[in-house]
Amino acid sequence: MTTTTDRAVGQPIERLEGQDKVRGTARYAAEYPVGDELAYAWVAQSTVARGTLTGVTVDPLVEADDVIAVLWHGNAPRLSEADDPELAVFQSDEIRYRGQALALVVARTLEAARRAAGLLVVEIDEEPHDCVLRTDHPDLYTPDKVNPAFPSETASGDVDAAFESSPTTIDVTYRTPALHNNPMEPHATTALWDGDDLVLYDSNQHPPGIAAAVGTVFDLPPERVHVITEHVGGGFGSKGSARPNAVLAAMAARVTGRPVRLALPRQALFSMVGHRTPTIQRVRLAASSDGRLTAIDHEAVEHSSRLFEFAEQTVVATRHMYAAPNRRTGHRLVRLDMPTPRWMRAPGEAPGMVALECAMDELAVALRLDPIELRVRNEPSVEPESGVPFSSRHYVECLRRGAERFGWADRDPRPRQRREGDWWIGTGVAGATYPTMAQPSTARARRLSSGDYEVSIAATDLGTGARTILTQIAADALGVPLSQVRVRIGDSTLPKASVAGGSSGSASWGWAVTGACQALRSGDPSSDEAVFDSTELVQQQEKDGKHAFGAHFAEVRVDAVTGEVRVSRLFGMYAAGRILNPRTARSQFLGGMIMGMGMALHEESVLDPAMGVWVNHDLAEYHIPSHADIESIEAEWLDEQDDQINPMGSKGVGEIGIVGSPAAILNAIWHATGVRVRDLPARLDKILPHL
Amino acid sequence: MDLVVNGVEHSLDLDPRTTLLDTLREHLGLTGSKKGCDHGQCGACTVLLDGRRVNSCLILAISQQGASVTTIEGVDHPVQQKFVEHDGFQCGYCTPGQICSAVGMLDEVAKGWPSAIGDEELTDAEIRERMSGNLCRCGAYPNMIPAIREAAGR
Repeated sequence: MTTTTDRAVGQPIERLEGQDKVRGTARYAAEYPVGDELAYAWVAQSTVARGTLTGVTVDPLVEADDVIAVLWHGNAPRLSEADDPELAVFQSDEIRYRGQALALVVARTLEAARRAAGLLVVEIDEEPHDCVLRTDHPDLYTPDKVNPAFPSETASGDVDAAFESSPTTIDVTYRTPALHNNPMEPHATTALWDGDDLVLYDSNQHPPGIAAAVGTVFDLPPERVHVITEHVGGGFGSKGSARPNAVLAAMAARVTGRPVRLALPRQALFSMVGHRTPTIQRVRLAASSDGRLTAIDHEAVEHSSRLFEFAEQTVVATRHMYAAPNRRTGHRLVRLDMPTPRWMRAPGEAPGMVALECAMDELAVALRLDPIELRVRNEPSVEPESGVPFSSRHYVECLRRGAERFGWADRDPRPRQRREGDWWIGTGVAGATYPTMAQPSTARARRLSSGDYEVSIAATDLGTGARTILTQIAADALGVPLSQVRVRIGDSTLPKASVAGGSSGSASWGWAVTGACQALRSGDPSSDEAVFDSTELVQQQEKDGKHAFGAHFAEVRVDAVTGEVRVSRLFGMYAAGRILNPRTARSQFLGGMIMGMGMALHEESVLDPAMGVWVNHDLAEYHIPSHADIESIEAEWLDEQDDQINPMGSKGVGEIGIVGSPAAILNAIWHATGVRVRDLPARLDKILPHL
Repeated sequence: MDLVVNGVEHSLDLDPRTTLLDTLREHLGLTGSKKGCDHGQCGACTVLLDGRRVNSCLILAISQQGASVTTIEGVDHPVQQKFVEHDGFQCGYCTPGQICSAVGMLDEVAKGWPSAIGDEELTDAEIRERMSGNLCRCGAYPNMIPAIREAAGR
């Protein structure tokens, strides 16, 4: 690829909003001044997992001076039905999960709202509940499809015959727990009505989507809902669609006639905004004696809520990772009295690749073959299930180059061989993959009277670097320096953008931005504006065969006395198309890897089956990696050119870091200790008894 | 009650239940200090109270009559520019707390306060240990360490 130094794309440009973020002037959803009439809302949540709400009463003496309204099913305005039943707040007396919003207190002060919500008398007819995912659940079924529109099951060849006739087989079950996104900024909305128009300062990943969903609920066309989302304190999928907080705040603002601010407390994020489903995955692999897979069989069991069928695509990545003549994949779902799962960083790929990539490690051990060599021997020439050629695939190069950079060559394949003091030391590898997607978006480019340019699109920057990257893309497409381009995002009234999700933001928005800027540059010189809608081009595109790949390498040390695991080194090598901004891309890769470390070692939402609640619902007990957990961690990438994906040649970088990195750590734990942890996270109590 | 925030005196009439964090955010319009958990678990609300780093969500404002508070809006320290250069943040929501915490931490080091690590020099391990009260879900930790190290003049 030819790059010249005067091109902005590919340069490590600092984040454009960086100074605002380090000086505290970047505003998030709950931080906009909206006048002295502002009221505060606090949500009262169900304390049972299943039942019927029969009454909400307020002690008239509680915060009498400050409470403005108490909303619940008995008095709330009727709403129109949205696609997501979680948005039908206070529309039914049915309680479908513990933590469901049952009432909302609106008060003049935050303190009054919170106390009054805690003292509401909520009457509930409780019913027995069922919250436990298990492989023998009688209500398990095969969903018609898994997210977003993949077949639940695929099969080709004769898997059972291959298992009968192959010399080496493994049959293992891996479990991943429920996980919670936990962005640092809890979901929040400040809502106000301007006549019949609704203004929402809302923390989300998709302003036009929030405008449409909330508009549907309140019978408003999307253009009557103005969603402002200048800065977002992380989302990781949990802010990808409108959440109940947006509807609750809007409802409260309508009823009280005041602006209303609802910032969910951290604890509410564990039930009201989504989670990653727990999974129980059985993987069977069969191989010939030369290490070629003869069969792959991967099935996931997972849950959804009573309200909504959310079917995570857990084993979809298995359909394109390795060649094998006989293959079967499937998903089984059970609807439980639980909150609805939603997207969490690399939904499907992250838990699915834990099972597949650990199983590959187990197979390599059974075959007495190096785990990298096993993967190389099963590299497919085309996408195995669709037969579509890959637009680009440099998985083997990632494994080989990563092995060089990490220092894999002299590895003793036997476990439990290296001991330094109290520490057992080992290394592990695992593959990474993430689909390369683009979604229709529209952008507008304007030539300003000053000679500068303004480029607008209703995208959001959750910390991905989108604002900066789109500015780079626009500058190159316009053929002007960065300083002449101002990109406007974070507002639903701007040209329609797709969601900041699926690692597709830069591809989707960059495509539209490129189109608009090129149209302005090459169009009628008397016109100072051009708009470009990528819908047609995106829809014409072949969807199969487009993926980013990578390889993760981990070195761990395990304390022989306590079972504590430390990740001494974590290394990722990626082939993710053209890297638009090395500075922000590296941060995305590292951030994904660190969340992967959390998935391997720390993160677990612990269910109390008797209460139907995740008991560790805060940041003291739901452990995420902290400063002290990080030692050496690095991400590198190959130069990969792919002209078939989008005008920039870029693949998404936001999610691939969490795919496979947990498996690399688990495989390294086995290599260090001989202990194979198949039930995440790899807490010390699961390791210590076997040391 | 009276509170000095970033060098400016404020006379406030507060509900006694109001935390220092909510006082800053909801009463003084200083929204740079963030509310991540409201339970002292994440560090996003870290400010300097009479020069020491504290979780402002765990402190009732009324208990700090006459105290001097420095928030991110009042911080002017080399670590801020270093965070930008090293990409020591992504979403930015933990960032004000990380920066206030780093400023307070470097002062603690200068005073010779010990940590669980016990290194005599301000090693990366020391920085990580001393900064571990500030969570970052984006995982910008590896970039914050060189930012803080360089701001400390190492």
